[in-house]
Amino acid sequence: MSQLPRRDPRQEWIARNRLHPRHEEVLAALGQGATSEWPGPNGLVRKNPHRVGFIGPNGIKRIDRSGTQQGAGGGKASAPVAEHKPLTEIAEPAFLVAVVPDMAGGRLSGHDKDLLGLARRLADADPAAQGAVLAVVFGSHKETNLGEAGVDRLLHLDSPEIAGYAPEARLGALITVEQAWTPRHWLLPDSKLGGGELGRRLAARLGERPATGIWQVEADAESATGWQCTARGAAGSLDIRRPLPRIALALAECAEPVSETRHAAAELVLPQPLPSTLSRIQDLGQVSVDPASVALSEAEFILAAGNGVRDWDAYHRAASVLGATEGASRVAVDEGYMPRDRQVGATGTWVTARVYIAVGISGAIQHLQGIQPCEKVIAINMDPSCDMIKRADLAVIGDSTQILEALVTLVSQAREEKRDAA
Amino acid sequence: MQPESAMTPALEVTVLVSIGRHPLTGRVRRADQDARGVELARSLADAEVRLLHAGECNESSEAALRGYLGMGFSELALIEQPEGADVLPALSEALDATSPHLVITGERAERGEGSGLLPYLLAERLGWPLVSGLAAVESVEDGMATLLQALPRGQRRRLKIRLPAIVTVDDAAPTPRQSAYGPARRGTLETSAGEVCNDDEWATWQVQPARPRPKRLKIVKAASARDRFKAAAAKAEGTGGQVLTDVTPTQGAEAILTLLRDEEVLR
Ligand SMILES: Cc1cc2nc3c(=O)[nH]c(=O)nc-3n(C[C@H](O)[C@H](O)[C@H](O)COP(=O)(O)OP(=O)(O)OC[C@H]3O[C@@H](n4cnc5c(N)ncnc54)[C@H](O)[C@@H]3O)c2cc1C
Repeated sequence: MSQLPRRDPRQEWIARNRLHPRHEEVLAALGQGATSEWPGPNGLVRKNPHRVGFIGPNGIKRIDRSGTQQGAGGGKASAPVAEHKPLTEIAEPAFLVAVVPDMAGGRLSGHDKDLLGLARRLADADPAAQGAVLAVVFGSHKETNLGEAGVDRLLHLDSPEIAGYAPEARLGALITVEQAWTPRHWLLPDSKLGGGELGRRLAARLGERPATGIWQVEADAESATGWQCTARGAAGSLDIRRPLPRIALALAECAEPVSETRHAAAELVLPQPLPSTLSRIQDLGQVSVDPASVALSEAEFILAAGNGVRDWDAYHRAASVLGATEGASRVAVDEGYMPRDRQVGATGTWVTARVYIAVGISGAIQHLQGIQPCEKVIAINMDPSCDMIKRADLAVIGDSTQILEALVTLVSQAREEKRDAA
Repeated sequence: MQPESAMTPALEVTVLVSIGRHPLTGRVRRADQDARGVELARSLADAEVRLLHAGECNESSEAALRGYLGMGFSELALIEQPEGADVLPALSEALDATSPHLVITGERAERGEGSGLLPYLLAERLGWPLVSGLAAVESVEDGMATLLQALPRGQRRRLKIRLPAIVTVDDAAPTPRQSAYGPARRGTLETSAGEVCNDDEWATWQVQPARPRPKRLKIVKAASARDRFKAAAAKAEGTGGQVLTDVTPTQGAEAILTLLRDEEVLR
C-alpha cells in the first residue's frame, strides 16, 4: 500500500463537529481521544473548556497548562522526551573518533558522558565530512543509553583475557582497533585507573605524544588537527595551550554531554581476533579491606543509622556482615551511639557512596544534603511518609531491628551455600 | 653499589626522584609521591636502594634533592641535564646500565608538563611491565613481586608482576619519613653527564599559571515553561522509587539483597 496519508473529508468533518452523534467515536478512531482542542472549519482553533483537565486524587478537577495534556484522559504524564529525540545515523563516516569510557560499575560515568560530548564535537564539526564516534567498551556492562550518550559505533570486547586488571591485553585490543580503523582521534578519560593508564600506555606504544589533563578544546584552523586544547600541567598549577594531539586524555567537564540527539550505537566486530599477549602482570583479585578503615567520604557502600535503630549491637553486626562502612545521622551521634566522625550530612561528611542504606533515618534536609551524590539509596523505616522514603530508590517499611536481622540471616545463608558449593 | 654478593642476591631498587613544588607557596621541595616511593623502597626487606635524578644541578634543586638524602641515604646519582630537556634518553640509558630489579617512580611530576608519561615511556623503551598506583609491595620472591594496588574508594587489588618492572606509587602509599638535617648535609650528589635531548615541542606551547575553571551551569533543556520552572525549583528528590509496605521482614530483606547484588557491593 502507498505510504501517502489519505484524507477522509467526512471523518474530518465529524471530528470538527462536536455536536455530531458520532463525534466521540470518530475522534477515538483518529487516535486523538476526547480532545479539548480541534481546528474548526474556518481554520480557527476551537476549544471545549469542559474537557480540559482531569480529576485529581481528591475528586477535584485539576488543569495542567503545560500543553502536554489533551482532553479529559486520566492525568497521564506525557511520553518520555527520549522518544522525540531525532535519531542520527552516520552511514559512511569520513573518520572515526575513538572513545574508551571507563564504565565504572558497568555504567557510563559523568566523566565518560562529558568525553562522549567532546567526541561528538570533534566528529560533527564539519557537516560536509561528518565523523562517527566509536566507543570501545571492555567487560560486561549494564548501560542501555549508549546511543543517547552519542555513540555511533560500539565495539564491545568481553573475552576472559581482558577481564579484571589486564592492561597489556587491553592495550593489545586498542592496537588492533588502531590497525583496523585508524581513528583520527583517541579520547580517554584522564582518570586514575582505567582511561588515564590505558591512554598513556597506548600513547607510549604508538609513539604519539598525548595531551593529558585537557579541560578545554577549541577549534583552531592553524593547528595540524584543527583543534587547540588547554591542559592542566605541573600538578594542576599550569595551563598549557597547545594543538590537540591525536591521543587526548581529558578531565571531567571537558565538554557538555550529548543531550539533544540520539545515535545508533551499532555493534562492530573486530576484523581479526585479539592478539594473544603473554601477560607479565597477574591479577590476584581484590583484597578485602576493613570497611571501618575506609574514609566515610569515599566509601562505596554505607549502612547509616539514625534515631530509629533500637538494637545497636545488631546494627554493628549487620554492618560487618554486609561489609559496609558505618555512617550515622546527627541524632545518633548526639545521643552518643556513634562517633562524631561518622556523621553524614550538612555538618558532617558529604558522602559519595554508590549504595547508601538509611536505617531509621527520617531524612531531614541537613541529612539529605550530605547524601546528594549517592546513586542508590535504600531506606528502612517505620514511617511511610517521611522524606527519606521520597529520596530512596527502594524503601522497606518495617521495624529496623527485624529487617536487619533478616538481612544478616539471608546474607550469611547465601555465603554458607556458596562455601558448601565450592 | 656492591655487585651481587655470594649470599642472597639483594633486590636492587632504583627510585626515580624529581624536584617538587609546594602547592601553596610554590617553593621547591622533595616531591611528595617520589618521597612516598623512597619510603616504600626503604620498607623492602634486603633491598639495595639507589636514588636517581636527571635534571639541572643548581642551588635550589640541590636543596630539594638533599631532602631525599635526609631520608637515610649517603648518595644520590644525578645526571646533569639542561633546563627543559627531555630526560627520557638519559634515564633509560642509566637504567640500562645499572639494570635494577625494580624501578619506583611517582605518578606524575609536580613541575613542568607533569603528564605522568615518563614511567610508561620508560617501560615501553626498556620492555618492562608496569603497574601504576601502588599502595604497598607485599613480597618479592623468585623474580616475582606481589603488589597491592590502590583502587578508588579505599579498595585494594593484589597483583603479581614479573621483575624487572616499573611501578608508580599512589597517594595511598606509606607517608614518607621526615628528612633529617644531618644526613641531608652529609650525603653526596654523584654528578655525571648524560645524553641531552631537547624538548622542542614544549618550547612552542603557551604556558601560564592555571586559571580557575569555569563552573558548569545547570542547563535545563525543556520544551515548555512549566518544565523549565519545575526543573529550576526541583528539590533533590529521587524519581520516586519502589516502596514496600506490609511486607514481612524477610521479604523486605530479600528485596534489599537483590538490589545489593545488582549493584555488586556485596563481597
Ligand atoms: C544546623 C543544623 C545542622 C544539622 N546537620 C545535620 C547533619 O549534618 N546530619 C544529620 O544527620 N542531621 C543534621 N541535623 C539534624 C537534622 O535536622 C535531624 O534532626 C536529624 O537528621 C534527624 O536524625 P534521624 O533521622 O536519625 O532522627 P529522627 O528524625 O528522629 O528519625 C528517626 C526515624 O526512624 C524511624 N523509626 C523509629 N523507630 C523505628 C524502627 N524501630 N524501625 C525503623 N524505623 C524507625 C522513624 O519513623 C523516623 O523516620 C542538623 C540540624 C541543624 C539544626
